[in-house]
Amino acid sequence: MPDDRSTLTRDEVAHLARLARLAVTEDELDLFAGQLDVILGAVARIGDVAAADIEPTSHAVPLQNVLRPDGVAPSLPRDAVLAGAPSVEDDRFRVPQILGEEE
Amino acid sequence: MSELFELSAAETAASIAAGHASAVEVAQAHLDRISDVDSDVRAFLHVDPEGALTAARAVDERRRAGEPLGPLAGVPLAMKDVVVTKGLPTTSGSKILQGWIPPYDATVTRRVREAGIVMLGKTNMDEFAMGSSTENSAYQVTRNPWDLSRVPGGSSGGSSAAVAAFEAPLSIGTDTGGSIRQPAAVTGIVGHKPTYGAVSRYGLIAFSSSLDQAGPFGRTVEDTALLHQVLAGHDPLDSTSIPQAGPDVVTAAREGARADLSGIRVGIVTELTGAGGGYQEGVLASFRNAVAILRSLGAEVVEVSCPHFDYALAAYYLIAPSEASSNLARFDSVRYGLRVGDDGSHSLEEVMSLTREQGFGAEVKRRIMIGTYALSSGYYDAYYGQAQKVRTLIAADFTRAFEQADVLVSPTSPFVAFGVGERVADPMAMYVNDLCTLPASLAGTPAISVPCGLSDETGPALPVGLQIMAPAMADDRCYRVGAAFEAAYIAAHGHILKGMPRLGSVGAGADGAAR
Amino acid sequence: MTTQTAGVSAYDEVLTRYQPVFGLETHVELGTASKMFCGCSTEFGAEPNSHTCPVCLGMPGALPVMNAAAIEYTIKIGLALNCTIASWCRFARKNYFYPDMPKNYQISQYDEPICGEGHLDVEVNGQTVRIGIERVHMEEDTGKNTHVGGATGRIHGADYSLVDFNRAGIPLVEIVTKPVPGTGAMAPEVARAYVAELRDILRTLGVSDVKMEQGSLRCDVNTSLTPAGSSEWGTRTETKNVNSLRSVERAMRSEIIRQAGILDAGGRIKQETRHFQETTGQTRSGRSKEEATDYRYFPEPDLVPVAPAADWVSQIRASLPELPAARRNRLRSELGLSAEELQSLVNAGAVDAFADTVAAGAPAAEARNWWLGYLSQLANAREVEVSALAITPAQVAKVIELVGTGTLSTALGRQVVDGVLDTGAGVEQVIAERGLAVVSDTSALTEAADAAIAANPDIAEKVRGGKLPAVGVLVGSVMKATRGQADAATVKAILLERLGVSG
Repeated sequence: MPDDRSTLTRDEVAHLARLARLAVTEDELDLFAGQLDVILGAVARIGDVAAADIEPTSHAVPLQNVLRPDGVAPSLPRDAVLAGAPSVEDDRFRVPQILGEEE
Repeated sequence: MSELFELSAAETAASIAAGHASAVEVAQAHLDRISDVDSDVRAFLHVDPEGALTAARAVDERRRAGEPLGPLAGVPLAMKDVVVTKGLPTTSGSKILQGWIPPYDATVTRRVREAGIVMLGKTNMDEFAMGSSTENSAYQVTRNPWDLSRVPGGSSGGSSAAVAAFEAPLSIGTDTGGSIRQPAAVTGIVGHKPTYGAVSRYGLIAFSSSLDQAGPFGRTVEDTALLHQVLAGHDPLDSTSIPQAGPDVVTAAREGARADLSGIRVGIVTELTGAGGGYQEGVLASFRNAVAILRSLGAEVVEVSCPHFDYALAAYYLIAPSEASSNLARFDSVRYGLRVGDDGSHSLEEVMSLTREQGFGAEVKRRIMIGTYALSSGYYDAYYGQAQKVRTLIAADFTRAFEQADVLVSPTSPFVAFGVGERVADPMAMYVNDLCTLPASLAGTPAISVPCGLSDETGPALPVGLQIMAPAMADDRCYRVGAAFEAAYIAAHGHILKGMPRLGSVGAGADGAAR
Repeated sequence: MTTQTAGVSAYDEVLTRYQPVFGLETHVELGTASKMFCGCSTEFGAEPNSHTCPVCLGMPGALPVMNAAAIEYTIKIGLALNCTIASWCRFARKNYFYPDMPKNYQISQYDEPICGEGHLDVEVNGQTVRIGIERVHMEEDTGKNTHVGGATGRIHGADYSLVDFNRAGIPLVEIVTKPVPGTGAMAPEVARAYVAELRDILRTLGVSDVKMEQGSLRCDVNTSLTPAGSSEWGTRTETKNVNSLRSVERAMRSEIIRQAGILDAGGRIKQETRHFQETTGQTRSGRSKEEATDYRYFPEPDLVPVAPAADWVSQIRASLPELPAARRNRLRSELGLSAEELQSLVNAGAVDAFADTVAAGAPAAEARNWWLGYLSQLANAREVEVSALAITPAQVAKVIELVGTGTLSTALGRQVVDGVLDTGAGVEQVIAERGLAVVSDTSALTEAADAAIAANPDIAEKVRGGKLPAVGVLVGSVMKATRGQADAATVKAILLERLGVSG
């Protein structure tokens, strides 16, 4: 359980920013550390509710088995697919050098 | 006769159908109005005169050819920029989507076009719908037509301001935690958040998928119902779209306006009456007057308790940022939108991070980080998981309350419109704007905001909204009670927009809308 | 990398000191017509980004809608693997950034897979090994990156990359085994046999084209070593990029040897992702990640739960085709094959081809000889599965029939097979076009026989003197002269007659 007053460090904010792919600046780290801490402090009271045996609600409408038949529909024209791309080469989206692992 | 832009949507449609005005004349009148006042109001991010006039001409041609026209054919509309429009810029108020021209239409857009409604342009909003003042837009600050130094509410502030400023009789907003109802309340217009699943989310740029719902704004309950009827309906492109037909809200609004409320049980939610402080006294006074009007209309007023509503703010500010952190991951500079730092010296990972850093505003980044935190392993159960359980408890509170009452009422917002810049530095001060609207968002139930009075507590007289909540799929109750209340209020005070200071060079105010 | 090329003996030696435990995660692209969440075609090999739409490109506002056939196919797979089918399950978002993943989250299943525990029995060297199935779940495939620049076309050292999203959103099923202990030195073979059996099942179910070379079936191999006598399993590695049956076996074998080398030297195995390299047969370490991945799973709010009704599942169960194991048992008894004969067909991947050839009228023994003999040689030479040869069982049966009636010699039959494979034409057409029918004109053969006798007086004399086997040389000479188009037995009879010797 989170503490009533969670304290979020600068390092934790930096870690979250990395996970979220945000190149936050040093100044922002300080600003966000303070603000996120206040927000997390306010939402931490969610833990006060006794809800151990309560089912979580992931969907507001109780629907199930919404399926579509396996039929091919027209794709977008390729010009439209690529029109908004920052960089295109050989009808593919061009991206800078990838450092991460092959998935 | 009033100016064309002063007419209600219903009057405009009737006028076009009868041949008193052409759709092109109506569209032009609104485009002129926008030219006249939007440099002050700044409701629109993008105005599309060509598209609007083309759509209007098509309606006029169909009328001349004797084809049947829909109930809103030729009526102009302002579209929130979170709704995807093929061929029209769509940014969701964010720099990260600057210049993006979508290759497809949202279902909402398609329905609007098919109804012969004339889309005037795209309206300003808090970036990715995160905010309650529209100050989080990456592009401009929209002003409240009642007082240009104040905000029009948010996140659909461009849409609320456009309708209040008579730039359009109708507009579309989206509501995740109150983003239709709160801006409607603080600009003196009507706004409805439909039952979750009643209006397709296909093509709404997602903020919080399990909460987002598009809905109508209008200056009257009837206009709002007419647009609701166009938007609602099952969509096979949205898995969460309700397959059953929704209620007939137009009939409900029209009947409501003529009838009293005898036999209707109206529940006041104890937890939303400001007992613990934090609500402006002027807001509470207007609310008390509204309850008195409801009682005078024959409603039986009861008090109900929904104890878990006290946790709605905490649950909402965990669920919405969590889903947002995932929904906004797609803005990565690969397929569309902004790219920063692609100069050969940065890896893709760095380019993504730089793009998102520069493309997102502070509030969006804050929420992404809160959400990333709440979903992290080790925190999920305590935060996101627990918030979803509280959601269940809030829905159960509603179920119990609706056993005692047909509708529930509260103020829409604890505050009237506040000054531009007043709350931007303090996220929590901004978040409490949503106190009253969050429970219905979390439960997926419908709620409407109807103007219910003016408060001069913070300076000039500013509108206050009455929130009317109903059970899921019973949106008609919101419209029925809302219309009855509206009729009684107008009978006593005249249309609330009559009290709005004059904007622009033409037209006196709200004569047309104040029937 | 310290591992040297290690011989079989090194492998066997290692296995005296360590027990391997392995597990497999197999990804299968389903053969639905449209993608998992949108109507774009799944056809392989289309122009880049031509099979994409707002949904599979992750455009703002687009929403997924589940393909019913994908659910049905997955349930079929689960039933074929003896799994329990969930009565209710949800999809989850797996959040991580990668440029071939349009939304930067993958719609997958987390703690609520559609199929729960099951098992699959495989036979290796006459032993049956039961592989426990942990789960079968659904997810969506990613796009494909092409790395440009640098020496190798690999991600490291590339200047930039190009992304094609045609594959993004193709329905993918992940089949996860439980850890398999206790198979000793056989572990790599068992792993291979499991994948082969799984592949046959998927093909029989008609749920995937299971083309490993096109990536529609891909394996991750988890391997760990337990020191003999220890009961605690070692640290495992996950080897990705294992895309052929042979590679499954090779990858595990090399990983066992590599891990043993580290343990022998007193080192510790690092839990990591490794990549198999076809060229070297070795695994290579993935670059270690700066921080542990945190996928931040949560229920996918854009999809509603899937609750397969019991009667629907029963219907699917009733509609399952005969599965490979049952089919093999039936064929064994119906066609009188021994266990070994059947196993050799299984190993060659020729069971279906064989059975269909028999069904087309060929005698079982002949059908087996052709598929395991000449056709397998051709497949090996072309480095394809024998079942992938461009000849139908009916065509093979026809060749067998023509050889049986003497219209073709065996040699000619092989030439007909070559012709069918080369040209794609039918058996009759190849025979006609290449003039491959047996020469049965005895006057022409008698002429050729006389010529052969005249050209080989020594041999002819030997035969006349009673050394009958020597006639083979003359037969060969005649066959050569007639370009193999004669029936050898007929030629022999004519030669003996001309030499005045009774056969």
